[in-house]
Amino acid sequence: MKHAIRPTGIAIAADDRRSFLRRSGLVLSGSAIALLAGRESLARDEAEGAAKTSDIDILNTALGAELEAIAAYQVGAESGLLQKPVLSLAVTFQGHHRQHADLLAKTVAKLGGKPVEPRSKYDFPVARLKNQADVLRFAAGLEQGAVSAYLGAVPVFGNRDLAKAAASILGDEAMHWAILRNALGEVPVPSAFVS
Amino acid sequence: MTARRPATVLAGILLAAAAGSVPAATGAIATEGDAGRGKEIYARCGACHSLDYDRVGPHHCGLFGRRAGSVEGFEYSKAMKNSKLVWNSETLDRFIADPLKTVPGTRMGYAGIPDARERADLLAYLRASNDGPECSQMSAPRR
Repeated sequence: MKHAIRPTGIAIAADDRRSFLRRSGLVLSGSAIALLAGRESLARDEAEGAAKTSDIDILNTALGAELEAIAAYQVGAESGLLQKPVLSLAVTFQGHHRQHADLLAKTVAKLGGKPVEPRSKYDFPVARLKNQADVLRFAAGLEQGAVSAYLGAVPVFGNRDLAKAAASILGDEAMHWAILRNALGEVPVPSAFVS
Repeated sequence: MTARRPATVLAGILLAAAAGSVPAATGAIATEGDAGRGKEIYARCGACHSLDYDRVGPHHCGLFGRRAGSVEGFEYSKAMKNSKLVWNSETLDRFIADPLKTVPGTRMGYAGIPDARERADLLAYLRASNDGPECSQMSAPRR
């Protein structure tokens, strides 16, 4: 089955979408379908009120965290502390965060909100990063926090399709966290549940 | 949306109860918390918060006794700035249990921690950290 939400964008072909819905038995709300199909005006009309405002706030908070993660991986990549293949891994993960940020920003805009911008300066604890393990541990902490943040966001989205998209990102962040833990020599998956 | 759906709340209660939480989602403040366990719980906050510098969320050093929405230079929601909350064990416990219900309009789009024991542990860690070296070395709030 093709995915209804592709990681690099929101829009899906109408034929794909109809086929997916027919086979899966899922029924999406009008606003969700409009959003996923890129019909901004319809999405704005139908996703009204406090629920839309809250969704925009949640998305923008997630976007802020993704932008910070991109900057953090940049610091790690430029630190000179990461050796291949860990360096390549960090750059790959940074690319994932760029894709998350791009999706979140486009979605905020399509809902009628203003996506937050990257900060001009991020205040990372660089003095505490003295070797590759320090950088990996710092990145792992960000990824673990991201897993928890998305887990806490999923149930509070008014739009269930946004919750689904957030859950998709959560899965990616959890894989990052596990790989980073593995690189640190820790148990990659420490428990059966994340919290 | 300013309140979670009943089904979501129920699911949270069931999950917490199934995991052996004590007492799950009662809303009661557990007076004694374990700072060691709280440190592990604080890791959940790590996407947005740090003790000694502002990130997507404000820093947590100096939290106790601070008026909500008052960290200089941090851009809060209007809801948080106007909440009139002062952070102490009671207000933090209430907020962490359900941020969106406690301060409707907060940008902290997080379902909360329904387990009173986990909240007590988290607050114990925050209290210990605020009295510890990481916060005492923080001469001035950093951004």
